[in-house]
Amino acid sequence: MVLSHAASDSDVSVHSTFASRYVRTSLPRFKMPENSIPKEAAYQIINDELMLDGNPRLNLASFVTTWMEPECDKLIMSSINKNYVDMDEYPVTTELQNRCVNMIAHLFNAPLGETETAVGVGTVGSSEAIMLAGLAFKRKWQNKRKAEGKPFDKPNIVTGANVQVCWEKFARYFEVELKEVKLSEGYYVMDPEKAVEMVDENTICVAAILGSTLNGEFEDVKLLNDLLVIKNKETGWDTPIHVDAASGGFIAPFLYPELEWDFRLPLVKSINVSGHKYGLVYAGIGWVVWRNKEDLPEELIFHINYLGADQPTFTLNFSKGSSQVIAQYYQLIRLGHEGYRNVMENCRENMVVLREGLEKTGRFNIVSKDEGVPLVAFSLKDSSSHTEFEISDMIRRYGWIVPAYTMPPNAQHITVLRVVIREDFSRTLAERLVIDIEKVMRELDELPSRKSEANGDNLMVTVKKSDMEKQREVINGWKKFVSDRKKTNGIC
Amino acid sequence: MVLSQTTPESNEPVSSTFGSRYALTALPKYEIGESSIPKDAAYQIIKDELMLDGNPRLNLASFVTTWMEPECDKLIMDSINKNYVDMDEYPVTTELQNRCVNMIARLFNAPLGDTETAMGVGTVGSSEAIMLAGLAFKRNWQNKRKAEGKTYDKPNIVTGANVQVCWEKFARYFEVELKEIKLSEGYYVMDPEKAVEMVDENTICVAAILGSTLTGEFEDVKRLNHLLVKKNDATGWNTPIHVDAASGGFIAPFIYPELEWDFRLPLVKSINVSGHKYGLVYAGIGWVVWRTQHDLPDELIFHINYLGADQPTFTLNFSKGSSQIIAQYYQLIRLGFEGYKNVMQNCRENMLVLKEGIEKTERFNIVSKDVGVPLVAFSLKGQSFHSEFEISEMLRRFGWIVPAYTMPADAQHITVLRVVIREDFSRTLAERLVADILKVLHELDTLPSKISRKMGAEDFGNVKGKKVKREKLMEVIVGWRKFVKDRKKMNGVC
Repeated sequence: MVLSHAASDSDVSVHSTFASRYVRTSLPRFKMPENSIPKEAAYQIINDELMLDGNPRLNLASFVTTWMEPECDKLIMSSINKNYVDMDEYPVTTELQNRCVNMIAHLFNAPLGETETAVGVGTVGSSEAIMLAGLAFKRKWQNKRKAEGKPFDKPNIVTGANVQVCWEKFARYFEVELKEVKLSEGYYVMDPEKAVEMVDENTICVAAILGSTLNGEFEDVKLLNDLLVIKNKETGWDTPIHVDAASGGFIAPFLYPELEWDFRLPLVKSINVSGHKYGLVYAGIGWVVWRNKEDLPEELIFHINYLGADQPTFTLNFSKGSSQVIAQYYQLIRLGHEGYRNVMENCRENMVVLREGLEKTGRFNIVSKDEGVPLVAFSLKDSSSHTEFEISDMIRRYGWIVPAYTMPPNAQHITVLRVVIREDFSRTLAERLVIDIEKVMRELDELPSRKSEANGDNLMVTVKKSDMEKQREVINGWKKFVSDRKKTNGIC
Repeated sequence: MVLSQTTPESNEPVSSTFGSRYALTALPKYEIGESSIPKDAAYQIIKDELMLDGNPRLNLASFVTTWMEPECDKLIMDSINKNYVDMDEYPVTTELQNRCVNMIARLFNAPLGDTETAMGVGTVGSSEAIMLAGLAFKRNWQNKRKAEGKTYDKPNIVTGANVQVCWEKFARYFEVELKEIKLSEGYYVMDPEKAVEMVDENTICVAAILGSTLTGEFEDVKRLNHLLVKKNDATGWNTPIHVDAASGGFIAPFIYPELEWDFRLPLVKSINVSGHKYGLVYAGIGWVVWRTQHDLPDELIFHINYLGADQPTFTLNFSKGSSQIIAQYYQLIRLGFEGYKNVMQNCRENMLVLKEGIEKTERFNIVSKDVGVPLVAFSLKGQSFHSEFEISEMLRRFGWIVPAYTMPADAQHITVLRVVIREDFSRTLAERLVADILKVLHELDTLPSKISRKMGAEDFGNVKGKKVKREKLMEVIVGWRKFVKDRKKMNGVC
């Protein structure tokens, strides 16, 4: 008698991925599964879940590059298995990084001789770059104070309250006090005069931002430099400047070459820029350059005995991929000055198109300036019945991701929506976005204020004055509650 | 009269990449060029230069993964434009990271309930992971000392001298003193007794390594825990342990499950592991997990107002790619426990094949142990005219990259060659490597000592007696070796 038996697990061949049993069982979330599964199934399962992620190209919140040419994609894929830190095995990749550092240093007018090598390094992003630059300042300042026989246990750094959160991280993790210059309504960047006032003998550096995250504005580094030079003469403290050019570093040299913000100013000792923002590379690459060797204390540099060769390194991360470094070099030689200029000019024009479209609706104030990072930050002229947060929510239904956020102190009562214009945000998309925003505004106009709905008050036939007042109270109370909940107003 | 004229640059089409002018002009090296160049030219130029890089799969120096399945390559490419930190836009990717953290925490026997969320984070590598773990220990210790009204300005960390260089970085950048236990000949890991002896009231933690970079050995974490418990009872200092399981974390649970080294030991408060080593993912992913919430001070965690949602984060890096996290999740579900076990067992077997092949040559001492990370570290037997560095150089000609390095203090006179066995190092390659090593040895035997020739010490043809020549040569060799070793500032191998 032949017994029939079910085919054992290992016999099930995957003819059709979707019919396989693995798509029926739920995926492990907390514990590693006992058995293997076929690779096609693994691929399909993950691919399917990832369909529910947002579309990177419609993510208008981010400055980070979301499109590169297919030729570059090919280079990226072929170097995906190269561990960047193996400098001895991959000398060409290391050389490419060095070339990028030199090119970027020259772009920032570093005072280098004809064949002098620039001092700088590739990082995983501006966060690492800023931490390295901050460490260099901190160590230099400590050495100076030790030599003078003064206390060196309370270093501080002066910045605007509009700094990106990585400065706060640096301060907290490396035990440096962050002295923030508060903003005010209508003035959303660091005021150079107030900044210089705040400088004291414990200040390791003043950090200026070229391309504020909130509204894309370039801070006036030249004025800061001039005022700080005067103060330094009086006090003899020699306080230096760092420019956080995460966004602006690849914009200003091409669109605003006459703007003096870089090493042309004598007090600027280091600059960081994100390769993955307007450097036009995918996420995962940043650069930091120092003015010259003296600005990077030798004791921070590690000399690794690597396979018999001496390798000087100064990074926080060790092993990492090589792809983005190669991609950055590709962009620098592929585009050249001309190409980058074209891209930035296009972005700027599309930004103007979007801005004008929004202004035409007559419902918004434009908070961002024309000069700066190509983005449009705007807030409602009348936010009594609806907020920018609601617009942000509703526009998601059309696929767009447009963030809304409140300003840092002392302008917390201002809320803005922000659209970043990247290389792949075309004019057609800009026009479409305006149309969709208008649709959203019309929908909102018809809706009663969200808070009154919560009160179960759907019919507003006869509106008594006391009812309106009650609603306003509730709205204001809710707004305040929401704003207070946010511990840090770091927007990114 | 028609004047012939050259075509202006902008009109010339690039019909043949190699024939185009761009392959003739030198590429700008130090400054950005004025004009753009066609994309296929840019691609070809870079690709050509990169041909001179080493072949990643023949790089036997590195623990880091150099091969993944094509399905995973597809997933990687699809997510190359996703910035991981945009958690609100890419909630599924964030969810995948959380799942990986949970799986890894449970792999390390973290004391969690069935559906309790683990404390941990994905990082760019073990360097970042160690810095985060170290920061947590430092802050916890500072808070404790402040509460006790004691000084907190001189924190230190106790490790073996065999630590990977990222511990030295952590110590230097975060201003913590590094107290290293010196090694000795034949004992190349941290001695638990000496370590516990070194612990004082300023020690923020003791760091043990599961899978020493130098020899692949697992340190005896259980013994360390045992001794430290006793000392803590005596002193009341409550010094915790961190396990740097960069290599060993994805090996021990699969082929040495009875080895107690993880959260099963009560003093172990955090563990880091490299996803890009035996986690079998390309370079760029590490993991750190904490035992419980209390081991990670809340003041280090940042709550970002991101697009209206509260996002708690604790990392050094901010924007970074999502590909490796997705790849790690792919490996965890694709292989499962069984798959990882198979891979690790294969590596171990290939390691034995290589070890036996090298032993059969009778020219080498094997320095690595069988239990540990699958690698073979070996040094030349007895006094020899040649050094391991020369063998390393000559093997390069066959395409192999096998590093040679000296041990840290106090065993600097020992030099080893080290071959790491990764998933893609097959048995055939192991046998081929042994054959090539034999070839190199034959060649070296016929060559006079390179060192004496370099020093120009003795006139070879004019030597009076063999004995005299040999002694002088040995002097010269030893002197040269010492000179070379002294030049190297730091013995950090990676």
